[in-house]
Amino acid sequence: MKKKTFVQFLGFFALRVCLYLVLAALLVILFDIGKKGAGTISWEFLSKPPRRGMTEGGIFPAIFGTFLVTIVTAVLAIPLGMFTAIYLNEYARQSRLTRLIRLSIRNLSGVPSIVYGLFGVILFVNILEFGTSILSAGLTLGLMTLPWTITASEEALKTIPNSYREGSLALGATKWQSIRTNVLPYALPGMLTGTVLGLARAAGETAPIMFTGAAFYLPMLPKSLSDQFMALPYHLYIMATQHHDILKVRPLAYGTALVLIVLVLGMNMAAVVIRFRLRRKRRM
Amino acid sequence: MDPRPKIETRNLDFFYGSKQALIKLNIACPEKRVTAIIGPSGCGKSTFIRTLNRMNDVVAGSRVQGKILIDGRDIHGSGMDVVDLRRRVGMVFQKPNPFPKSIYDNVAYGLRVNGVRSRDRLDETVERSLRAAALWDEVKDRLRENAFALSGGQQQRLCIARALAVEPEVMLFDEPCSAIDPIATAKIENLIQRMKNDYTVVIVTHNMQQAARVSDHTAFLMLGELIEFGETKTMFTAPSQKLTEDYITGRFG
Repeated sequence: MKKKTFVQFLGFFALRVCLYLVLAALLVILFDIGKKGAGTISWEFLSKPPRRGMTEGGIFPAIFGTFLVTIVTAVLAIPLGMFTAIYLNEYARQSRLTRLIRLSIRNLSGVPSIVYGLFGVILFVNILEFGTSILSAGLTLGLMTLPWTITASEEALKTIPNSYREGSLALGATKWQSIRTNVLPYALPGMLTGTVLGLARAAGETAPIMFTGAAFYLPMLPKSLSDQFMALPYHLYIMATQHHDILKVRPLAYGTALVLIVLVLGMNMAAVVIRFRLRRKRRM
Repeated sequence: MDPRPKIETRNLDFFYGSKQALIKLNIACPEKRVTAIIGPSGCGKSTFIRTLNRMNDVVAGSRVQGKILIDGRDIHGSGMDVVDLRRRVGMVFQKPNPFPKSIYDNVAYGLRVNGVRSRDRLDETVERSLRAAALWDEVKDRLRENAFALSGGQQQRLCIARALAVEPEVMLFDEPCSAIDPIATAKIENLIQRMKNDYTVVIVTHNMQQAARVSDHTAFLMLGELIEFGETKTMFTAPSQKLTEDYITGRFG
């Protein structure tokens, strides 16, 4: 074998090993949780509230709470993120200011989630007086998701060739018409994918919601957005570390983890499906 | 005697940032004639044609000085709506740029953004425009197919049809044949020749034969300056400038 061919072989081999390591880590986690959690999953577990100091029963309130809080997150993060991205990519002139804005957005995505949580306590719970509630928690998660939504949407817009914009302008379309009819429809699959991935990540977060609205245990389902709620990640955290009888509830914790992972993976799969279907439709 | 000028530039300067791309251009494109803009790469041909429908407005840091008059009206004047200007001054780009829509929707696009909703009127205009672009017979049975399925030459004729659909007065062609094969090029040249019955045409080309074949007047630009402007016949047989002669005889470029 020639030397350069051998070097190439080594390089590709190293790349492949990296890929397999990452895959292996993911599979080990999934397999472990799947094995230990599967026994717990039953219709009762999914549809009933916890009982007897959370040593028995199900996790329905946590599923329901996570669902609600994710909707609030989406309502904040999707429109705001998309419109910000449209502004940055389509309207804003490239200047020092927009570069600064972009840099800030990138940096925001690196801020630890606990910091968002504390920020949410101050802004939403205290200053805006939303209290510890679904609303406060959802908005906090929304803020945390925004940088992801904006960045993903901007990347999606960047993939649209300039000739679509120019071609449309040259036919006497306004800038907004060009963007609405000749840029957004083609960028939307990418924008949605990034957004749903961001939401999936938010749905699994604990730190931002534990001071802003998630409750240890609630006997009743929330009735409005200003109520506290139970959430899957927080419930898992409690079952795994804060419960008075940790060993006894361990199977329940694994069950909760499995539900949470399936939920997040499901959202990620949904993102893939959305993209695939929209792409196919656009191709006609 | 020449017809009246449809487009006139007066001491037109154009800058990309601090770099000057056009220098004191005075060019008059006569109505319902074909004016060719020729010159070596980087001479400002494309920049020039893109100032005529203010397509350069979207380029960050660009700046125009001097005047561009269409029908005697300053296109940078306060009463001029750039959206309306671009409807009246159609443009066909260097690379065919069909939109990822059906053939029908491509041609109807300009009408729709200008508020036409009537099905009959859309149908009628789509057919008329595709006929005018000599594409109708090739696509009439597959108007609902995606425009990307067409060949490069067909795509460029589709772009011409799309531009014609909004009934412009001027048609700008920015090297329309540089990305397509010779047979498709011949078709487009025929189209351009016929188009001058109804439109004022300005075409940028790096192909001297093409300029000689399709145009009535030719402007020769170099490094942003107008070297010579005149009737194509005269220019290609008896150029008044040494530079023009050297360029069209292929001594540089």
